[in-house]
Formats: sequence, structure tokens, C-alpha cells
Amino acid sequence: MSARAVLRGGLRLESHKTRPLEQPVQRLAAPTTAVLALDQGSGEEARAIVPPGACVRVGTPVAAGRGAAADLHSPVSGTVRAVEPRPTVGGAGTCVVIDSDGRAEREPASRPLAWATLDGAALIERLAAAGLAGLGGAAFPTAGKLALARAAGVELLLLNGAECEPWICCDDALMRECAADIVLGARVMLAACGAARATIALEDDKPEARAALEAAVAEAGDERLEVVLLPAVFPLGAEGLLVAAVTGREVPQGALPPEVGVVCQNVGTAAGVARLVTAGLPALTRIVTVTGSGVRRPMNLEAWIGTPITELIAACGGYDDKQPPVRLVAGGSLTGRALGSDAVPVTKGLNCVLVAAASDLPARTTEMPCIRCGDCAAVCPVGLLPQQLHRAVQADDAAGVARFGLADCIECGCCDYVCPSAIPLTARFRAGRERQRLHEAERRRAAEAKARYERHRRRLDEQAEAERRAFEEARRRARGDGAGDR
Amino acid sequence: MPSPHVVAGYTVPRVMFQVLLALVPVLAVQVYLFGPGPLGLVAVACVTALACEALALALRRRSSQSALRDGSVLVTAVLLALAVPPLLPWWLLVFGTAVAVLIGKHAYGGLGQNPFNPAMVGYAVLLVSFPLEMTRWPVPGPPWDALTGATALDAIGNGLRQGYTMEEVRAGAGFGRVGAAGAEWVNLAALAGGAWLLGRRIIRWHIPVAMLAGLAVPAALAHGLDPGAYPGALFHLASGAAMLGAFFIATDPVSAATSDRGRLIYGAGIGLLTWIIRSWGGYPDGVAFAVLLMNLAVPLLDRGTVPRIHGQPRR
Repeated sequence: MSARAVLRGGLRLESHKTRPLEQPVQRLAAPTTAVLALDQGSGEEARAIVPPGACVRVGTPVAAGRGAAADLHSPVSGTVRAVEPRPTVGGAGTCVVIDSDGRAEREPASRPLAWATLDGAALIERLAAAGLAGLGGAAFPTAGKLALARAAGVELLLLNGAECEPWICCDDALMRECAADIVLGARVMLAACGAARATIALEDDKPEARAALEAAVAEAGDERLEVVLLPAVFPLGAEGLLVAAVTGREVPQGALPPEVGVVCQNVGTAAGVARLVTAGLPALTRIVTVTGSGVRRPMNLEAWIGTPITELIAACGGYDDKQPPVRLVAGGSLTGRALGSDAVPVTKGLNCVLVAAASDLPARTTEMPCIRCGDCAAVCPVGLLPQQLHRAVQADDAAGVARFGLADCIECGCCDYVCPSAIPLTARFRAGRERQRLHEAERRRAAEAKARYERHRRRLDEQAEAERRAFEEARRRARGDGAGDR
Repeated sequence: MPSPHVVAGYTVPRVMFQVLLALVPVLAVQVYLFGPGPLGLVAVACVTALACEALALALRRRSSQSALRDGSVLVTAVLLALAVPPLLPWWLLVFGTAVAVLIGKHAYGGLGQNPFNPAMVGYAVLLVSFPLEMTRWPVPGPPWDALTGATALDAIGNGLRQGYTMEEVRAGAGFGRVGAAGAEWVNLAALAGGAWLLGRRIIRWHIPVAMLAGLAVPAALAHGLDPGAYPGALFHLASGAAMLGAFFIATDPVSAATSDRGRLIYGAGIGLLTWIIRSWGGYPDGVAFAVLLMNLAVPLLDRGTVPRIHGQPRR
């Protein structure tokens, strides 16, 4: 099957993926000190449940999930040194710091899972306890997503192998090498969410991954599984766009894919599920692409969550002296986040470390006024008019911002990429959203204050009324009583 | 540094200079037909435009460096110089260019802010202020002599009004193979330059295609109904500023509608208005007024043609 609807807009970009894919994924040794960020990329921190000084083993839960944060487990055996703020991918955040004793003792609970005997709810419980989270970048808890899908009665499990952003190729490497794991994970997740079929979607520029997946699907002999090819257009891997490309259904504004009968999971997450059922291992590692002209030997590494990325870069031969890095980016060149330091640890959401040399980053010219050329609208994958939205955002025009769809922007960066006036549109939209959130909070506070004041007034009025009535009553009674005296 | 970390590297100056490059064929044909006059006019307009831009930026206390280098003011100047008759006194062009840059562009806030196409503001002011000078076109050469004659659009307008038939009018001077003598070659050159811009994706197809259709379709219909009173589509496409307008003037993004659907309506409106002004209006060619009138409609078009956002219900 091929894609139903082709994306509107989007960019065909140079992929920059060949060098890391020239060699197989290399396993990195466990770190001597593991730094586990409580926020693994979803924007919410898990709750640390180990005190400093506690002894942990490989697989011991160290933080309990809540909301958008999954459970977190120790990748090493050793002692908790501290629970303290550290630089992280997101800037800074609380981390559980564990000194390894080098013995890598495993939790005794690590046993294969007889998944075929478990029902959906029990499976989801196991996935939650294993701390599985979306490895595509958002790091949303897999169990939460599947539970939502189960409740909504989704029909399709969509495995996202569309790795459309330049430089990132960890999923491509995984699909080439661990296709059978992905297929097994897909079958387990089908059982967990109750969907009727699973589709693994990837782009047509990954023939090796496609062949491996098709072989694995054939081997599994499960008729509910199929592999779908999509055009290699950025940002087709974005969840909502992928759903539309594969099913032709658009997720309504403000809703999630289960609304249209689909649940999305990253292929890496599926492989993690397979590792849980075959070896009983929680989410302890992930594949990270370390690439860019600023690193000597770009490659894909299977790294333990909590490993400082300095160790990843060292494993790739270190920084290239001839092309010194000018910027470290967590993620790809379009949507990645600039890192302030190379000491930050690997998280479940970290798919790529782009060690960018000057040659990788074309210089931005100085910003000029918008000439309304509309190149941005031509590439916007969600059909916005960024030129109009920008005007509305800059004017802080709430009606315009709503009409031109600030809430619908997926921050893919396509408009920035093509803008001849070098306007940082994506950053402006992000700032606009932040402003909107503040306005919203302000409004909410104002409304609460108003409600409080009105309650207060009502209470005072009622009190005054009651007093007045009591007074009247008393006077009436006094008059009545006193009438006989006169 | 916020994402994205890479850009394609197209810049406004590059866009503007490619537009200028695409205008070279038009200039070359004009020089071939009318002698070196157009070259002088282009030079006068460019110098005036740069001086006015520098003056306006100084008055507005803006840095003049990047704005002078962005090339947008040169596009305005060259378009105006190519639109006026080649024998126009140079000081009139200085006046027209100054109006275009100072009032058409900077009075509204400069690049990106002007609601009207600056070149057409200059052209319209010249046309209503100096109608005689602005409609006196030399007879196309070579040889180049200073004789002026009626252009084909003039001849049709005047001739039909005086009761001549279309055949009689078209047998007279000023007509070429399909359109106006000379102008048909200028139009062909503009079409070539425009096609190159389209191919390079400097401009997009919506406005030119819609404008040419908006001009050709009513022309063909009217011609079909009454060939004696209305010239055909091909004549309209090959006369006056049809191609220059479609590919270089109406496509000015700043003053045009900004969504694809809006641009289709905008372009079609310009084409239709051009045909109406040519057919029944007091001026021989209507591109400038048609563009300015549709500029007026842009805020409404922009409001009414916001495309459906992904995830919104299909209309």
C-alpha cells in the first residue's frame, strides 16, 4: 500500500544520513556516573523515589511516573549520590545522579514476559512499570497512550518509522538491525490497545529498512501487520501528518489521533516493548545518532539512558579539530534544540546529537521586512499562512492569532527555512504561544479573583441582610412587647 | 539559538535581482524598437529611485545600507521606466519615480508595507497629470525616427468611437501580426522573462495565469459575440502592458493578495478590469488602474481566502 494523501507543503531536504549508517549500531558501555533527568523529554518531571545514599541495581525504579512522565529506572548498579538540578537537554532540571559500582547487578525481577497470556489492561500495566516512553522525541509514556487508545477503541496501530528530519537516522538503523523486535513489539502493542491492525510507515528513501521490515513481517506471519511507504518529505513524520498520510483522516484541531481511530508509536518504542517481553528489561537504553561535520566518526550508538553525551562524542572519535563544532543540537537541524553544554545526559527523548560545524549551518542573513511572498505558506504542512500569522502575532492581535491558527502550528521550521527575508518565524510563533499562555493564566487569575470577590460580596450582603432581618425582628418584638407598657 | 538551525538561503535581494535580470529581454526589445531612449529612461529612473530611497530612509532615520542593497527600489524604477513611452521627457520620469518611491512606498512604511504597487502609483500619477506625454508613443523602428503615432489600443478606442469598423481600424498604422506593432514583441519578451521567473520559482503561477485568463476569456467571449466591435484574446494578450503586467507588475507580492486562492481572484480581477478599461474606458491601456483597483481589494481578499488548516472540518 502507498500513502493515501500526499502532504501539502513540506520540504525535500538533503538527508545527511549516509555516514552514520555506514556501520552497524555500536553498544556503548554503561556510564560510571549515570545522570537520570526526571524530565525525559516530555516536559514533565517524574517523582524521585530514591533518597541519596540508596543502593540501586540495574532496572531498579528510581522515579515514579506521573502525567506525561514515565517511570524511570537505574541503568547501573551502585549508589544514589544526589537528587539535584543539572544541565539537561531541556536546559536544566532535577536529576537522579547514580555512581556505578561497575558490577551491573540486575534486578531479580528481570524475567521474560508471557505476554500472550495477559489481557490488554495487564499488558499496559507492565509497560507502564517498565517506563516505556515514546522514543521519537516526545517521550510520552507508552502505557498512557495505549490506555487512551484502548478506551477510545482504536482500529489502527501506526508505527512511525518516518524519520524525515535531516541528520537523524537512529530509527533507520534500528529498522535495519532489529526489524524482528519491531514486529514483535507491534504485536504486543496490538494486544495491549485492542487495535485490529498495525501499519509500519517509513519513507521510500530507506530501502534497507523496508526490506528488513518486510522480511520480519513475513517471518511473523501475522496478517494484521503491513509496511507502508511514504514519500521522503519533511515533516511527514509528525504524528498528525503521518496519520493523514497513511489513513487520509485528519486529526481534528486540539484532539489526539485516537479521535480518528489511530494510535501512533515510534518504531524504537516497539523495539523497547519487545525487549521487555523477551528479556524483562525496562527502558534502559536507546539508539542515538551522533553526527555532524564537527565529530570525527559519525555513528549510531546504543547508549544507556543517563550517559553524559561527552561519552557518546568520545566514542565517535571526539570533536573534529579541522571542523570545530560551533553548535550542539539535540535532535535534527530543523526542530532540534541547541544544547548549552555537552555534559547533558541521554534521555529517552534524545534521538540525535548534531555536532554542527560552521559548514553545517548556513549563515542567516539579517532580518528584513516581510514582503508577503507566500513562500512560507507554500511549504507549511498544516496549511497555515505564516506571513499573516506573523503579522497577527507581532501585533498581539488575539482574533488574528486565532484565525490564522497559531494553535495549529507544529513548529516544524519549514517557513523559516524558505523565508527570503530571514524572519525567525518559528521562534516568533513559539514566543506568541508563550505570551498567549501568560495571557490565559492572567485571564484565569482575573476570573478567579472576580469570582472570589463576588462570593465575598454575596456573603457580606447575605450577612448584612440577615443582621437587618434580625434587627427588624428584634425591633418588632420590642415594639410588640413594649406596646402594652405604653 | 532557536530552531530551525538551517535556512535555504534565498534572500530578498537575490529575488529582486533575478526579477531585474528577467526584465533585460524587455529592455533589449524596447531598445531595438525605439532606439537608446529606454536605456536612458532606465538609468534616470534608477538614479532617482536610489536617491529617493536614501532620502526617505534618512528622513525616517533608518539604516540605509541594507535597504539600498535589497534591490526592491530598482525593480520599481525599472518597471516604471519600461512602462512609460520611450520619448517621455526625463524630468517627468524623475517626478514619476519620486512619487512612486516617496509616496507609493515610504509614506506607508517602506518595503513590505505599501498597499499599492509603487511603480503603478507613479505611472498613474504621471498618466493623469501628463496624459499627452504619457500616451505619445514613437512608431516602432528600426529605423528610429521621432515620429509618433497612435498605438493600436488608441486606434481601436478612437476608431470605433468614430464609427470605423474593426477591419478598417486594423488596416491602419500601429498594428502588427497579432497585436499592436512593436508592443507584441515587447509582450513576447516579457512572456519569456516571466516564464524564466516561473521556472526559477521566483514568482508563482497563480497571479500571471489568472490575470491572463481574466483578460483573454472576456476578450474571446466578446469577440465571439461581436467581432466588429471587440478585438480577440490574442490581440489583447499581445498589446499594451499585458505580459509585463501579468508577470512583473501584478506579481509584486507586497501589494498582492497573499493566499493562493486570493491570488487567483486578484489576478483574474486585474485581467478583467484591464479588459473593461481597454474596451470602454477613457484610457487606452488599463493595466495600471486595474492593478491599483485590485490593490484596494487585497485586504478583503486576504480576509476571505484563508485556507483550511489541517484538522479543520472540510468545507
